[in-house]
Order: sequence, then C-alpha cells, then structure tokens
Amino acid sequence: MKTKSNIERLLEKGEFVVTSECGPPRGSDAEAVRKKGNLLKGVVDGVNVTDNQTSVVRMSSLSSCIILKEMGFDPIWQLVCRDRNRIAIQSDILGAAALGINNLLCLSGDHQSFGDNPKAKNVYDIDSIQLIYTAKTLRDEGKFLGGDEVKGAPMLFIGAAENPFADPFEIRALRLGKKVKAGAEFIQTQCIYNVEKFSKWMEEVRERGLHEKCAILAGVTPLKSAGMAKYMKKNVPGMDVPDSLIERLSAVPKENQAEEGIKICVEMIQQLKEIEGVRGVHIMAIEWEEKVAEIVKAAGLSPRPSA
Amino acid sequence: MIVAERKLFDDLYAKASKHKKVLLLGCGTCVTVCMAGGEKEVDILDSQLKLASRERGDDFEVTTHTIVRQCDDEFFDEETSRKIAAADAVITLACGVGVQFCSEKYPEKRVYAGVNTVFYGATVEQGLWEERCAGCGECIVDQFAGICPVARCAKSLMNGPCGGSSNGKCEVDKETDCAWALIVKRMKELGTLEELSEITLPKDWSTSRDGGPRRIVHESLRLDEGTKKEG
Repeated sequence: MKTKSNIERLLEKGEFVVTSECGPPRGSDAEAVRKKGNLLKGVVDGVNVTDNQTSVVRMSSLSSCIILKEMGFDPIWQLVCRDRNRIAIQSDILGAAALGINNLLCLSGDHQSFGDNPKAKNVYDIDSIQLIYTAKTLRDEGKFLGGDEVKGAPMLFIGAAENPFADPFEIRALRLGKKVKAGAEFIQTQCIYNVEKFSKWMEEVRERGLHEKCAILAGVTPLKSAGMAKYMKKNVPGMDVPDSLIERLSAVPKENQAEEGIKICVEMIQQLKEIEGVRGVHIMAIEWEEKVAEIVKAAGLSPRPSA
Repeated sequence: MIVAERKLFDDLYAKASKHKKVLLLGCGTCVTVCMAGGEKEVDILDSQLKLASRERGDDFEVTTHTIVRQCDDEFFDEETSRKIAAADAVITLACGVGVQFCSEKYPEKRVYAGVNTVFYGATVEQGLWEERCAGCGECIVDQFAGICPVARCAKSLMNGPCGGSSNGKCEVDKETDCAWALIVKRMKELGTLEELSEITLPKDWSTSRDGGPRRIVHESLRLDEGTKKEG
C-alpha cells in the first residue's frame, strides 16, 4: 500500500468498495457541503468531489474536499485539465497532499460550451492521461514534469474515469490500458444502464489483463423518472440507456417511478457485482444524495467496513 | 490557407461613415479563395456601402482597390500608396496579418479590419471551409494518421477521445467530426491502431503562441547590410 487512502486499503483487502459523489454548491456556504456529507456519512467508503462539473462554476473541489475531510471522510478529489495548466496542476497536487487528501481522480473535464461561461478560454495544456502521468511522476519519481526534484512527494492514490459506452468502442479498452500504463490504480466508469454492453467491455478489459492492474468501480446513477431516462438517452453524449429500461419506468405510474428507479439501480449493482473484475461500485445520485444509503442497504452492501 | 469571414455590414458601415473618404482594400490571396476579402467581396461591400449611405443620407465617398497580397511589401506599389494617401481611412479585407502590415506601412492612416480571421483551413467542398491546423510549431500529425488532434479536437486531447464522442461526432457540435473517431478509423484501416497504446507525453507548447510572437530567420536568404541599403 502506497498511500493513506481508505479505498486503496479496502481494495487491497479484497473488499467490494462503495463510493459516491458530492457536487459542491454554487456559493460559498460550507454548510451546504456538510449537509450533503451528512447524507453519506457511514454509508460509503469514499466520496468523489466534482470539479466544476458540466463547466458550471461551483465551490472549488479541493476546498469542498477539505470540508468533507474535517467531517471524517476520505474524499476523492476530482481534478480536470480544462481550467489549469501544468504549473497550476502540479502546484494543486502538492497542496492537496499537504492538506491530507489521499485520492485523486484525473479527468479531462466537460467542455466549457456546456456551462455557464461558454465564452471562457479552455486550457488543456495536458490531457487526462498526461495528468495521470504527472501525478505518478510527482509521487513515484519524486520529480516535477520539468525534471526538478520534489521535496516531499504527494502520496495520492491515483484514479481515472472511463466511459465504456462512448464511441469509438474499439478504442475504449485500449485507452483504458493507456490510463493504467500512465499510472491509474482505480477506475470509476460512466453510469451504466446497458449491462450487456458493459460486460462486453469488461471482457476486453480482462483480455488485456487490465482488471488485475487497476480496480474497476462500476458507475451507476439511479433514474428518478422515465422522463429523466429519455433525457439522458437523447441529450447526454456517450450515454447508453436501453429502451427496455425506459419502457419499464414508463409502465409504472408517475408517482412510483422514482421508487422503480431505485429498484432498477439496486438490481443493476447486484448484476455488476457478479462480473469478474468489478471491484466496487460508484453511485452517482445527482442531487439525490439522500437515496444513497437506501440503495447501498438494499444492494446488501451495508454496513461498510470501518475506516 | 488563412480562412476569414467578413465582419457584419453594420459594423463596417459605422466605421466607414465616420470618415469622408474610405478606401476598401482587398487581398488577392487566401481571403480571395475563401471568398471573404478578394476583389469580388470588395465590390460587393462597395455597392452595399454606397446604397446604404444614399438611403441613410450620410455623405462619404468609397473607392476600391485590390492587391495580390497584403502580407508582402512588394505588392504595396505606387498606385496603392497613392490611393491610400488619397483616402481618410482604409478598411482592409485582408486577414489579420494584412491589416497589421498595412497599418505598419501607413502609420499615419486609420486602418480598420474588414474581416474576422478565423483559422488555417481547407476548402472541404464548395462553400465550406474547415480548420485543419493550429500552427503549434511542432507538427505531430504523422503520429495520428494525418489528422491533427491539436486543431481538430475541441479539447486538443492527445491520448484518445473523451467520453463525449458519439456516432463519430463531437459533443461540442453535432456538425463537427470527432477528430479521434477519424484518427481511430484511419489507423484501423492502416492496421496501426495499436500504436495508439503508446502514451503521448505533455506537449512542448513553447513552439506555439505560448512562447510569445514567433519569427523564423533564414540566414541564407537574408540580404547583408550593404545590399539592404542599396536595395
């Protein structure tokens, strides 16, 4: 074990890991972060903190991580390449480690055209794989990208995201291999609705032996309604929502669709858990954090091993 | 070529109408090919300005002239200089390079940009131009089957597509091809897909705009001081 990360420790012990996510507020109220934190306390093993997701300005990811850390969480700090060059990225990584952050999730970031500042300039000095490489170089080589020695290497457990459903499909497993080669130790996937297609992707992952080199946490997002399912299918790029799921939700009266959505999510977790190489689940209940405890319990993943 | 787009008419009219005599100066190279600022576009703008000034009752005179290239000293000949001297202001329909070069040559003259310079691109089909190069100063297209991820990926990703690639299109604009979908398709056809498993390390952007304004010196082509003076 390299770091003080709770999820690294649990994965090494062979536990099936459960993580969730907390989106920082659109303001400076720390209490808003704590409120979300309270809904996840004792429910999951790690909480991702998003970094200006969908390019909408929010409280900084690192600051929100610190607030959660003070509550006893082991936050997973998300860092995107959209807003920072390699100078800021390396500096923030050192700062995060100094503040006791143990997990880093490396992402390219959503394009700014989707957010509230579409006129912004993007950075993309480095991409997400180069970010993984940067974090690993700082930690394991003790070197900056410029080659100088780091005095006090940042000991972060390094992760990345992968979307098994995005096109072109034939590059997806290869690209995951690249992330692993660059230094990714855990992977959280985009939310899965099409288990069959995910299984096919996992087959390729196993063929390449990648499931032994990194821990794959399968992503799920509970659907609140048939409308949400349709919206995601139509409007979220790289999202694969099978019609059978939409039909199942539509067949239920509107007032019961949320309940059905939770049921589907629980079933999905149980199916994913059985796939060889899936080492945990990442529950992204977008603005629905209060349901995470219920989902974890219903999926038979409660209580969580103590930190 | 450098691809540009003419500025909105009202914007140009507002500039022209501030002066008594305005010269519209076209450029015969890139902006002619992309139909933004050649002789034809100069004539169209000339007619539009004359028509509108008559309608609006503004009193200013418009003349026109087009030269081969506005980014080269030799084409600013005597006739051009005379026409520029006779005008109170120049609206040049050349790219940003031409506008600046013209301003440098005639520092006493008010020079306005008539087009927005948009990208280095190609004519993909009649009436359609697309960006192909970002002028980063260190060409890497041969690593990617001849398709540049710096210029053609919305995030300039160098290690594969982001999660937003869908049916070969970019998430930012459904009309735009995902550069990485093109790269993967072409490398698959060439049988070189596995080459993509090599990690492309962080790029050196110092050769790009990030290193400050760039210049290229060809010592063998430079005139020595003596020749310069004589010339």
